[in-house]
Amino acid sequence: MSGQLEVRGLRVVFDGFQAITDLDFTVQPGELRFLIGPNGAGKTTLIDVVTGRTKPASGSVRFNGTELVGRREHAIVRLGVGRTFQTSVVFEELSVLENLDLAASFRRGLPALLRARRGVSGVVAAVLDTTGLNALADRPAGVLSHGQRQWLEIGMLLVQRPSLLLLDEPVAGMSRGERERTGHLLQAVAKDHTVVVIEHDMEFLRRFASQVTVLHEGRLLCEGTVGEVQADPRVQEVYLGRSSSKKEPVV
Amino acid sequence: MTHSKSFVGTTTSFFLLAGLLLLAAPALLPAFRLELLAKWLCYAIVAVGIHLAWGRGGMLTLGQGVFFGLGGYAMGMHLKLTDAGPGQLPDFMVWSGVETLPALWAPFRNPAFALAMVVVLPTVVAILLGTLVFRQRVRGAYFAVLSQALAAAFVILLVGQQGLTGGTNGLTNVQFFFGLDLYDPAQKRIVYYLVVGALGLVFLAAWQLSRSRLGRLLVAIRDGEDRVRFLGYDPAVVKTVVYAVSAATAGIAGALFVPVVGILGPADLGVVPSLEMLVAVAIGGRFSLGGAIGGAVLYNYASTGLSETFPSGWTYLQGAMFIAVMLWAPRGLAGLFSSGWSWIGGFRERRFPGSGGLSSTPASLPEPKAASASAPAQATSSTTSSASEPAPASGPAPSSARGEVPA
Amino acid sequence: MAVLNQLFIGASMGAVLLLIALGLTFTFGQMGVINMAHGEFLLVGAYTAYLLQNVVLALPVAFAVAGALGLVLERLLIRRFYGRPLDTLLLTFGVSLILQQLARDIFGAPNVGVTAPAWLTGGIGGFPYSRIFILVLALACVAAISLYLTRMKQGRRMRAVMQNRQLAAVSGVATERVDQLTFLIGSGLAGVAGVALTLIGPVGPSLGTYYIVDAFLIVVAGGLGQLRGAVIAAFVLGVLNSFVEFWTDASLAKVVVFAVIVAFLQLRPQGLFVLRSRALT
Repeated sequence: MSGQLEVRGLRVVFDGFQAITDLDFTVQPGELRFLIGPNGAGKTTLIDVVTGRTKPASGSVRFNGTELVGRREHAIVRLGVGRTFQTSVVFEELSVLENLDLAASFRRGLPALLRARRGVSGVVAAVLDTTGLNALADRPAGVLSHGQRQWLEIGMLLVQRPSLLLLDEPVAGMSRGERERTGHLLQAVAKDHTVVVIEHDMEFLRRFASQVTVLHEGRLLCEGTVGEVQADPRVQEVYLGRSSSKKEPVV
Repeated sequence: MTHSKSFVGTTTSFFLLAGLLLLAAPALLPAFRLELLAKWLCYAIVAVGIHLAWGRGGMLTLGQGVFFGLGGYAMGMHLKLTDAGPGQLPDFMVWSGVETLPALWAPFRNPAFALAMVVVLPTVVAILLGTLVFRQRVRGAYFAVLSQALAAAFVILLVGQQGLTGGTNGLTNVQFFFGLDLYDPAQKRIVYYLVVGALGLVFLAAWQLSRSRLGRLLVAIRDGEDRVRFLGYDPAVVKTVVYAVSAATAGIAGALFVPVVGILGPADLGVVPSLEMLVAVAIGGRFSLGGAIGGAVLYNYASTGLSETFPSGWTYLQGAMFIAVMLWAPRGLAGLFSSGWSWIGGFRERRFPGSGGLSSTPASLPEPKAASASAPAQATSSTTSSASEPAPASGPAPSSARGEVPA
Repeated sequence: MAVLNQLFIGASMGAVLLLIALGLTFTFGQMGVINMAHGEFLLVGAYTAYLLQNVVLALPVAFAVAGALGLVLERLLIRRFYGRPLDTLLLTFGVSLILQQLARDIFGAPNVGVTAPAWLTGGIGGFPYSRIFILVLALACVAAISLYLTRMKQGRRMRAVMQNRQLAAVSGVATERVDQLTFLIGSGLAGVAGVALTLIGPVGPSLGTYYIVDAFLIVVAGGLGQLRGAVIAAFVLGVLNSFVEFWTDASLAKVVVFAVIVAFLQLRPQGLFVLRSRALT
């Protein structure tokens, strides 16, 4: 079986510490996959490897059949893999519109980049609508609230039209209402993109996740639907079990 | 954009006025003053490049003197050869006992070649260093240190190769510039207009670059280089291009400096002169094109006036000025001016964001931030930059990343 | 013999550079401060030796005077600039100009010399005692710093702050106190280096400018805050410089050294040794 993203035999070592051990991981086209696991499970590391930020000790990462290991970050983005970060990073001095426009222009050549932006392109306008940032388009991104920043970041990802989106804790630190909106945004996005989401929030997971992959100490623990995963005794032990005594799972 | 209209209008008319004054200067100033003004304007051209590389791109280039010198020597070599006349050697070679023209010098007899080298030499050196350094993600303070070391090495090389470069004295007593007698004030006025023209062109080019997408990208790279990578751009390429542009700009300035001043030597190019070029921009305001140019003119005006009258006092003043600017006006005079303006103008908008316009002064300096956002899962703190690492950009972050705990 | 001699000259040059770079690597590594005035602490040491005309006595005095001056600088100015490395560079350049001009106004622009004590004149097998003394001095300083960092409570705190300032702070380390101490020690070592320089030749007000760039290159090549890195980089650069000077000429040596460092950074962009962390800038 071949997926859009295929990780095989991945091993990542930080200074002798095995962050990921012999990981196999496949995502099918069009899937909305949630990636969960306790701290240190290797979730962010996995995304870092896929996007070229971390070099694995061994193993392969194929995206639509193309090997990603050894490519530089921007080259991987150009292949159609986009990501967001745990702490959202937007360019505070540029306006919301400029942030989006910059993200949307990455395939333009140098001569085209030397011209000033004129008007708002269709893609950018559409994403301003989807993310609800229309009213803030001309404001510097530095004034945005935490939730708005996350949406801007997702928006910057969307205007790039990647075929695979990797989102690292998109709802962390969001209010209940913001989570709700983000969830719906994700569902809308997942209709025509492949999306992998790292998330801790169990309530969010139950509401929006279909397929879930659980990592633990750098290894794949199990995969399945939310129900299957929650029922798995190993998962309960390493992850859910530990946090079941608290209202919110420990991040 | 959120620029208040009156502010943009004011800056535009300010620039127009400044341009008119520069064009009228030959009629208003005696020849000796005009020559000094031309010299300061050469530094203003360098300042435009520094504004782009440092103010926009966050690359603290401490070695602009190298590029200034490469452009200057390319021009100076040609002028020395034409001064000497066909088949003759430049004066300093005769003094140091050189008998045949070194192979390095020969092509510079050709004016087209020399003019091309004014831009090509600095550009090539900058591309070479930029590619090697930026591709490996050497940046911030590391880059600053390397560019400074380049200036140090360059000057030692110039001084050491006496027969080739004129050593400590450099190239002196340049008399003719493409047929113009530089000792004749009337003909020298043409050189002045050339400098003003070059400054105007460089100004317009930098202005267009700043308002283009590339300009936005540059600011984005300054504030979050790693994030830009995940937008599909290669920051190393953008930084190298802009670094090369700033180097070429300095090269042009150096080439004009030679006919204006008549002398170019290592003393104009080393670590300290390079730092002075930078400091002038810091004082004027590195984030603002107008500030950078104004800073260069003002600084060199003060330097010329005071360094001769009170050499020791001027050095103290210089030192005190750097400290004062860094302490109280990290955005320079342009920053003071624009905040003063917004205060007077009954600000409709609290901020003048760094978007578009001539004097794009960010309301808040870029704080060093962990652009890669890989700091351990701290969703709530957005400015988690460990102070132990050289931050990509510098800004007077009052909330610097220092968590103090009383012992 | 010539090779051995160049090696020796290079090593003793490396020893001086090491003494200068030690202070820089810690202030740069721990506090992110690019202290351009560090070169002027050399001056303080050199002129202390000149005033005392006694190298041995000058060593502790220079350490104390330069260290105190460093502390004053840190308290008055630099502490306001943490997290803004590039701004500290310009700030301290201003300080450096003032200190240099002070030296010029007090001691005059011409170079001054220090009479070396009788037991340091002469040499053994072509190796001058004075340079052997400098080598021993540098190694002694490295040993002392190394002991301080590993064995003493204050030194361990310093390493903690260097590795993770925020974690150290919340673990109860008074980071501000540690910073002051680091600055004091770093500046003091530059003072010691300044005394050592008087053994090599006469010193003048622009002494600092001459050495500061090389010292920074050593910090960059060795890796921030890395004692081992600084030691290796200093000796390699010193020896390399001395050999290139020997084979070609002095003016090319700097260019070659610069090229070697840029080439080296292609292999190790963060220097010889790196403080590893998952967080990248």
